[in-house]
Amino acid sequence: MIRVVLPVPLRIVARIDGGEVELDVRDVVTQRTVIDALEERYPTLRGTVRDHVTKRRRDFVRFYACEEDLSHEPPDAPLPEAVASGEEPLLIIGATAGG
Amino acid sequence: MSGVRVLVGTRKGAFILTADGKRDRWEISGPHFAGWEVYHMKGSPVDSDRIYASQSSGWFGQLIQRSDDGGKSWEPVGNEFTYHGVPGTHQWYDGTPHPWEFKRVWHLEPSLTDPDTVYAGVEDAALFRTTDGGKCWEELSGLRSHTSGSRWSPGAGGLCLHTIIADPANEERMFVAISSAGAFRTDDGGSSWQPINRGLRSEYIPDPHADVGHCVHRLAMHPSRSNTLFMQKHWDVMRTDDAGDSWQEISGNLPTDFGFAIDVHAHEPETVYVIPIKSDAEHYVPDGKLRVFRSRTGGNEWEPLGKGLPQSHCYVNVLRDAMAVDTLDSCGIYFGTTGGQVYASADAGDSWVPIVRDLPSVLSVEVQTLA
Repeated sequence: MIRVVLPVPLRIVARIDGGEVELDVRDVVTQRTVIDALEERYPTLRGTVRDHVTKRRRDFVRFYACEEDLSHEPPDAPLPEAVASGEEPLLIIGATAGG
Repeated sequence: MSGVRVLVGTRKGAFILTADGKRDRWEISGPHFAGWEVYHMKGSPVDSDRIYASQSSGWFGQLIQRSDDGGKSWEPVGNEFTYHGVPGTHQWYDGTPHPWEFKRVWHLEPSLTDPDTVYAGVEDAALFRTTDGGKCWEELSGLRSHTSGSRWSPGAGGLCLHTIIADPANEERMFVAISSAGAFRTDDGGSSWQPINRGLRSEYIPDPHADVGHCVHRLAMHPSRSNTLFMQKHWDVMRTDDAGDSWQEISGNLPTDFGFAIDVHAHEPETVYVIPIKSDAEHYVPDGKLRVFRSRTGGNEWEPLGKGLPQSHCYVNVLRDAMAVDTLDSCGIYFGTTGGQVYASADAGDSWVPIVRDLPSVLSVEVQTLA
């Protein structure tokens, strides 16, 4: 299972208790397949992490894992093995923005 | 017993203020959607338990929330606002073509007859409609594809469609206003639109009398006189008595005719309210005094109303969607400020009391009159 940590505002929208969600991703584990699985399980999150149409990450959302910023990696690039194995979570972060 | 429910959208959440018909004791609930911008909330005219809210954030985009129990509980509904067809371009600040990009919903206008039908005014300016209670939104693209659309240009606040008024006497007719394109009218249920800006004069555009390009801040209508509209423009307060075919200035003796909010008394179609703001550069009330101005003559002759409002060292703004009226026998007037105060008058503006003083900056105020 893939572990994903969501920012608090999105946990509230999706009514998720606790800090992590676990997702079953059957394809290659990439940003795209993880968010596909996230949106399928929590439809109210559609459009909040990435644009509905272009599927581009929102400007002030970041993807971190294994102490690396993966935000600028291609959406179809495989995520680190530690994420794919469930050893480490994918962190979806609301970026520092504003004063 | 009758009562009112005041729906307040702020920069950091929504609040619901309720009182009985006396309007002297208030219950306050919130923040709902804490931390999110709530540009607007509005209830259905035919089902007061049905309320829609526009919830947005710079991080996580746009959500639409719906309540079926008068704001006690909420459910996120559809949030996909996709422009119809190939979106094309409008004019950017530097004069170059710029692709239409959805940013947020500024205004939600529930149908006068169907609680599942709602119109949404969005930035970049377009009009959307849902007919299934908010699950799916479809653009009424005849507005944006008007021949002038490629010339529409944003003001400092963005290219936003902020006012939607349905004509209660003609279900095919609707009015919208866009900053800074102007006012538009449809007579065929939203399929086609025409600019209705004749008579407006705006010195800040190359042709002050152009058909589009005017920064209309707000329109207001009394439901019994749907050919009469009142307008607060960037500068100038205006009225039309022919559904927008021509406009006349009614600023009269106002201390400044810049402002954002405008509304009409619920029972007196010629009684109009504005809140003058000092200037386009100084977005606060003049002379440090928070005053509503009322005209009982449909404009031109205005009286200041400041009893109960701060009359010194006050430098707040009142935004375009932040004033509303109830329909109780003694008409109530409500407005919210960028300083987080929500004021109410239960006597048509003669006197005011703060319902709440320390909310986040207020973006919008709507009122539901409850049976």
